[in-house]
Amino acid sequence: MNTVLQYSLILVVLVALAIPLGRYIKKVMFGERTLLSKVLTPCEKALYRVLHIDENEQMSWKKYAVSVLVFSAVGLVFLFLLQLLEGNTSWDLSFNTAVSYITNTNWQAAGGSSSLGFLTQVLGLTVQNFVSAAVGIAVLFALIRGFLLVKSEGLGSFWVDATRIILHVLLPVNLVIALVLVGGGVMQNFKQSETVTLLEPVAVSAEGEILEDAVIDPDTGIVSIDGEAVSGAQVITEQYVPMGPAASQIAIKQTGSNGGGFTDVNSAHPLENPNGFTNFVELISILLIPAALCFTFGSAVKNKKQGVAIFMAMFLCLVVAMGCIAVSEQSGTPQLSQDGAVLLEAEGQSGGNMEGKESRFGIAGSSAWAAFTTAASNGSVNAMHDSLTPLGGMVTLLLMQLGEVIFGGVGCGLYGMLAFAILTVFIAGLMVGRTPEFLGKKIEPYEMKWAAVACLAGPVAILAGSGIAALVPGVVQSLTNSGAHGFSELLYAFTSCGANNGSAFAGFGANTVFLNLLLGAVMLLARFVPMIATLAIAGNLAGKKRLAATAGTLSTTNALFVFLLILIVLLIGALSFFPALALGPLAEFFGAVL
Amino acid sequence: MNTLKQTLPKAVLFLLAAILLCGVLYTAVVTGLAQLIFPENANGRFFIVDGKTYGCELLAQQYTDDAHLWGRIMELDVTTHVDEEGNALLYAHPSNLSPASEEYEALVAERVERLRAADPEKAGEPIPVDLVTCSASGLDPHISPAAAEYQVSRIARARGMAEEEIRSVIEACTDQPFLGIFGEATVNVLEVNLTLDGILTD
Repeated sequence: MNTVLQYSLILVVLVALAIPLGRYIKKVMFGERTLLSKVLTPCEKALYRVLHIDENEQMSWKKYAVSVLVFSAVGLVFLFLLQLLEGNTSWDLSFNTAVSYITNTNWQAAGGSSSLGFLTQVLGLTVQNFVSAAVGIAVLFALIRGFLLVKSEGLGSFWVDATRIILHVLLPVNLVIALVLVGGGVMQNFKQSETVTLLEPVAVSAEGEILEDAVIDPDTGIVSIDGEAVSGAQVITEQYVPMGPAASQIAIKQTGSNGGGFTDVNSAHPLENPNGFTNFVELISILLIPAALCFTFGSAVKNKKQGVAIFMAMFLCLVVAMGCIAVSEQSGTPQLSQDGAVLLEAEGQSGGNMEGKESRFGIAGSSAWAAFTTAASNGSVNAMHDSLTPLGGMVTLLLMQLGEVIFGGVGCGLYGMLAFAILTVFIAGLMVGRTPEFLGKKIEPYEMKWAAVACLAGPVAILAGSGIAALVPGVVQSLTNSGAHGFSELLYAFTSCGANNGSAFAGFGANTVFLNLLLGAVMLLARFVPMIATLAIAGNLAGKKRLAATAGTLSTTNALFVFLLILIVLLIGALSFFPALALGPLAEFFGAVL
Repeated sequence: MNTLKQTLPKAVLFLLAAILLCGVLYTAVVTGLAQLIFPENANGRFFIVDGKTYGCELLAQQYTDDAHLWGRIMELDVTTHVDEEGNALLYAHPSNLSPASEEYEALVAERVERLRAADPEKAGEPIPVDLVTCSASGLDPHISPAAAEYQVSRIARARGMAEEEIRSVIEACTDQPFLGIFGEATVNVLEVNLTLDGILTD
């Protein structure tokens, strides 16, 4: 009962915060007055002057796209060179990490951001966490203007959009969240690391293996097993404690749907996420802006019901997915229950499949996070997805494979969903024999072509990528598990990159030259192809006249439309990925129960 | 080509501004405020008694002594981190194993065996799942109250103390969920052990 209450309250708080934030973002993007504009608008104007940005510039879709691409390319080159300069990583890993952060993926082939140099973290990764998020939201606004404008050429200025998002939305929101997290117990300092003394020293053999049954003489430090001294054994008395500016990076990794962890185990690490309170804050932060943007969209296109309809389609999918993960994880597996020798019931404990989960989050805190992070193309984790039950793991895979449109990444999730909405009105229009329209704009072959490109870029990149990788012999050595679960590890890696998610079945050793380059290419394709397609649609829509709604116009705000939209999303996702899922998680599930 | 020429300098300038604003200024402001308002949290929480540090409140250690409370299963790592003198430091990782494989089944069976051997009197009682699983971080400092209760009789026997005494220590080291709803009740393993050893007195 308590668990159900927990899941429900998380959703309630999310929606309660997303609605006002959505309204605030709308005001910001249209240059209206807000609570913070007294302080921030002068800063905004000053930035325009320094950066030579023309506030009233109206870019064509092509110019908008060029600005996005050039800006991302500059970020890529800078981040690549910065890593080489600090010298902690190989060239291929530097390339992969740079691509990963500029595409808002935050796939981490090697480890947490703290394993990279300090400069790379602060000047590179944190900055890209902000700007890659801003780029996604900016493109969404270009599309919104495409719906709003009539017989117009321009979509607004990319630089103005990006400035407003960073200054008025991302910086204040993250400042607050970062401080709340520190208040809750997350560290924030500029120390390198600390060491502390262990209560029970650990004996290690000369070969570096842990000696479990060894006795350590506290005075002499001599290690013995069954009374015989072990030669060359070493006694470890200290523990490593990572330190650093965690809270500031955690806030933006969560809100910007970036997901790149400060430590190698992301928000599962007790220093990144020390208790139920911080977990709650970090969890809500994952979906806060993506959910808010649905309401922003509705109020921007002056059709609040449209925003709610899109939100409902996403929300329903999220709730179902979360429920599936929760039930599957709470049930555990027969391999874990050992015919009842292991207690899996929730009595004085969370119970369920606790492999790869933290006791302070339990099944509920971990399952909700797994659903949120894969729905939102965030990719941060607080439980190890490699150790999810076969069905729980499959749902996280599926959420990404649906094209990251169940909320999805900030900005890009919503413009991805709008591409699906265009497909939906087109298909529905064909069925009833009417010219399809969406928000008063006629949907014609030009929009359809680009919407199809936007919806299919991800699946093509994922399937082609994992297909190629499965054929290359050396890739098998990257797997931790064998058999069907091994294939799931591979598929998850490509899905995660192709969905710009960045989470991992972390047993997959992705840091090889071949995989770094191939996964890098997948991330670039999956990010920028839909982005260009969206801008092309926006540009074409802006040039059209607005049609008045008539009795024959298909409503795009009612329950039927929500149902159709979900159906189309599921259809494309399921048709693209069913064969691959059958080889991985489904095979594992049936292998385990039969 | 013309657009490109116009855009490139703007992009470079914009990135520089973002580096100053989001990289330097944001990180500095958060750190400054954090150190000012919540210095104890911001610097990591440690158990410090009379100026001596007895471990980090939030990081698990490995315990095998019967007289200590045991935590989650740990995959120890003694090769990644070394101190300034080159001595190996302890750290740990998640297992990343699938909980539905035969290898995993054998592994859990071994762990069950080990726990049963440590406390033969509890042979028939199912073992709370926290004690046979590896955590997500590999460094989970907590276990569930059920997992702690399971160990009370063993610890009491090893120490020659009454079970009630052990229970009251565990209770004092138990944290409840946020607002009683979000998260799970947890027992801090190191805190229990430091209290049992008489190091932490409060």
